[in-house]
Amino acid sequence: MSEQNYELEHHEGPHIVSPFLYLAILLSLLVATGLTVWMSFIDLGEWRIAPGVTLFWNPVVALAIACTKMMLVVLFFMHVKYSPKLTKLTVGAGLFTFIVLVGMTMADYFTRAWGRW
Amino acid sequence: MSDSTAVAHGAAESAHHEHPPYQRHHFETVAQQFDATNFAMWLFLLTEVMFFGGLFTAYLIMRNWYYPAFVEGSHQLNVGWGTANTGVLILSSFTMAMGVWSAEVRRKGLLVLFLCITWILGMAFLGIKSIEYTEKWEKHHVPGIHWSESSFLNPRSDPEVYKEYHDKPLAPDMADKTEMYFFLYFAMTGMHALHMIVGISILTFMIIRAQAGAYTTGHVTYVENFGLYWHFVDIIWIFLFPLLYLISRY
Amino acid sequence: MSDAVTIVNLPDQSTARIPKMNYLSKENGLLSWLLTGDHKRIATLYLISITFFFFIGGALAGLIRLELLTPQSDLVATDTYNKLFSMHGIIMVFFFLVPSVPATIGNFVIPMMVGARDLALPKVNLLSWYLYIVAGGMMIYTMAAGGVDTGWTFTTPLSTHYVNTHVITTGLAVFVAGFSSIFTGLNFIVTIHKMRAPGMTWFRLPLFVWSHYAASILMVLGTPVLAITLVLIVLERTIGIGVFDPAKGGDPLLFQHLFWFYSHPAVYIMILPGMGVISEVVSTFSRKRVFGYTAVAFSSVAIAVFGFFVWAHHMFIMGISNYAALIFSLLTMLVAVPSAIKIFNWAFTLYKGSITFETPMLYAFGFMGLFTIGGMTGVFLGATGTDIHLTETYFIVAHFHFVMVGGMLMAFLSGIHFWWPKWTGRMYPEKISQLAAVVTFIGFNLTFFPQFILGTLGMPRRYASYPPEFQILNVFSTAGASVLGVGYLLPVLYLTWSLKYGAIAGNNPWQATGLEWQVQSPPLTENFPEIPIVDHEAYDYEWLERQREKEVASVG
Repeated sequence: MSEQNYELEHHEGPHIVSPFLYLAILLSLLVATGLTVWMSFIDLGEWRIAPGVTLFWNPVVALAIACTKMMLVVLFFMHVKYSPKLTKLTVGAGLFTFIVLVGMTMADYFTRAWGRW
Repeated sequence: MSDSTAVAHGAAESAHHEHPPYQRHHFETVAQQFDATNFAMWLFLLTEVMFFGGLFTAYLIMRNWYYPAFVEGSHQLNVGWGTANTGVLILSSFTMAMGVWSAEVRRKGLLVLFLCITWILGMAFLGIKSIEYTEKWEKHHVPGIHWSESSFLNPRSDPEVYKEYHDKPLAPDMADKTEMYFFLYFAMTGMHALHMIVGISILTFMIIRAQAGAYTTGHVTYVENFGLYWHFVDIIWIFLFPLLYLISRY
Repeated sequence: MSDAVTIVNLPDQSTARIPKMNYLSKENGLLSWLLTGDHKRIATLYLISITFFFFIGGALAGLIRLELLTPQSDLVATDTYNKLFSMHGIIMVFFFLVPSVPATIGNFVIPMMVGARDLALPKVNLLSWYLYIVAGGMMIYTMAAGGVDTGWTFTTPLSTHYVNTHVITTGLAVFVAGFSSIFTGLNFIVTIHKMRAPGMTWFRLPLFVWSHYAASILMVLGTPVLAITLVLIVLERTIGIGVFDPAKGGDPLLFQHLFWFYSHPAVYIMILPGMGVISEVVSTFSRKRVFGYTAVAFSSVAIAVFGFFVWAHHMFIMGISNYAALIFSLLTMLVAVPSAIKIFNWAFTLYKGSITFETPMLYAFGFMGLFTIGGMTGVFLGATGTDIHLTETYFIVAHFHFVMVGGMLMAFLSGIHFWWPKWTGRMYPEKISQLAAVVTFIGFNLTFFPQFILGTLGMPRRYASYPPEFQILNVFSTAGASVLGVGYLLPVLYLTWSLKYGAIAGNNPWQATGLEWQVQSPPLTENFPEIPIVDHEAYDYEWLERQREKEVASVG
């Protein structure tokens, strides 16, 4: 009766992920960790976008690796890849709000140095 | 009730008779209970994301303003211990996921084994953290309570770190800001450790219940939802590690 | 307002009785209340608790207005005055307005509106109330110990370095209250997504549910940032960390960014549930479906989303960059649009409706007028040019009291009166309640309208003493406050009276649509004998007519 209200199809429970996939993710995460440690010992240089605006590659690479590791944990260990759309939407909403907090606060701090107009 | 709002006679009665003991009465089916509680745990994790978000915002601003101080401050953290801790947590995420799998395939022995290994790895993380914190205390790098900037005003006074990184002495006003770095280090890793302690406590309770067979009769909800929490705490560390330890080691 | 024209439809009083089995009579004893999972009992516990805190906050307001009768700081010392307005703000915002409609009416009615037996997580619901009580206890302790005088906004570096009052305990009390709010919101979101009855699609939900859904998103995503901010304040005061201290390299404005990131969405947390009440009340008392259902539903969500993008409009004069001020000001203009959409939709609901003026409707009319004024003045303040002159004056005080008191509190009272028959099985006395509504409206305008003028004339807020030329307007304001106090005291008296002597209400005294009106008053613990299957739209008065025809036919 109430099942017909559900968007998702439940055969007999959650989709069961194979332990071999978990092992593959584990190894990927450990490799990524090693990679990020290794890269922190190397100066990757910078990109001078405009006078006074420089982008340093080290933090960008470190954050990119961290984000990749996060996605692996979220999608596979936390089963989001096999979860209903609502779960994916929820994760997205959380990330979006976090980015708004950080990004719009930084918008104030970055533009203070631009001085008065 | 009139015709156009019909009532679910038959289904309600049969549902009442055949629902498993772990299904709460306000839910119509086990599937609904699983979905609802799973979704609830995700929403709770969203609150945790925003909770840590405030700390990350403070960190990003201060790192931007006081980069040299943050670099030299991070040199005081041991990359070996930090990497080890990251490895420990990632491994514990794997064993937690395997625990959930064991509950799903109803293998009690494996479930208890994986939960115990996760517990041990969690304690190992806290053990390493306490070694690091003790070292910070000994070196007078605890802001507000036990603080000294001499290692940053005069890096040669700390030979272990100096021989790795050959830091330049910081100007006094920038050396001051290393206290800010360490405050954020303790605040963020401390908040994370607090979440680990809560996780390990719940895990202790779960191991006892798992041994009694509570999670291997089809009621995987508890294990699955706790797994979500555990993975989340791992993800926080995945970000804390490069931000605090790997600022610039060249 | 002729009493011949009313939609109230009560059962025959000589034979009507309160149903023997209901959520109140199901179990007796203190523990059955303190350990309950029943959302209706928890809602009742909340109602009593927030009323208690409302009157404490109100008493503080009374003291503030008494002090402001004269230009000098003569009733209380300036430091004490600072404590009065700080405690008034903290209690009213965190212990009354934020939980007002969601934790009371929302808890009571939402499971029934979606067709469920309870909220998704009853134990979390109870935990939420206990957290509120713990936080309230900490707050009472703080007041007894001397209170806090930083203003409800805890602005740094005042709160971290320059006062010796109980900032830490207050901060921790608000921290705990925040988690109470988070758990309520979390429960609502899960319930609305996962516990709807068969046939209850999203667009058949009452708009009350939509507005609570939007408010709950704000509660879940915004409140944790307040929590961490308070933790940082406590750490700064105890260990002396310098994250908000310029001398140690911190930035006081960082506190404000983090604080307002929550506190701006907080105002939408406060108002959205009230708007949900108004949708229900306006529809019922015009006998007409809400005009533009989809627009009202989506505007609630839009307010929630946009509400996250505008917080720095509280910081225009605090030192943010001009470019940030520009962006936030622009976004503030946008966030006003969905609120305006709702007002238009309610107005068009009224148009060609069969309007009657029972008490909930009187409060709803009050809401629509006063919220419009309050909202408009918010737009004035959203423009940086005007804000520079009006901020930190009584204009701001008037603005937020118009939206919070003229808006939200009126909506709360409207909802309490509207659902009172369902909650208790009894009607409140109509004449005196209509009187109270009118008294409140008059008192409110007399109290707060002069404050707009005071603000434009330049009287600063949070000052115990002021230049003598402002006295006459302050006297009007205090006079109005006394009237307002009477207006708020009356409902407590007659609602309590009605518990024993009120007319028996029956299932549906308002002839309203909505699943909660199809069950007995007071409802059963499990709400529905069987879960309903829904096949009609929200606010479907034709369906209601057919129901009643069928009822008459079957009795014969």
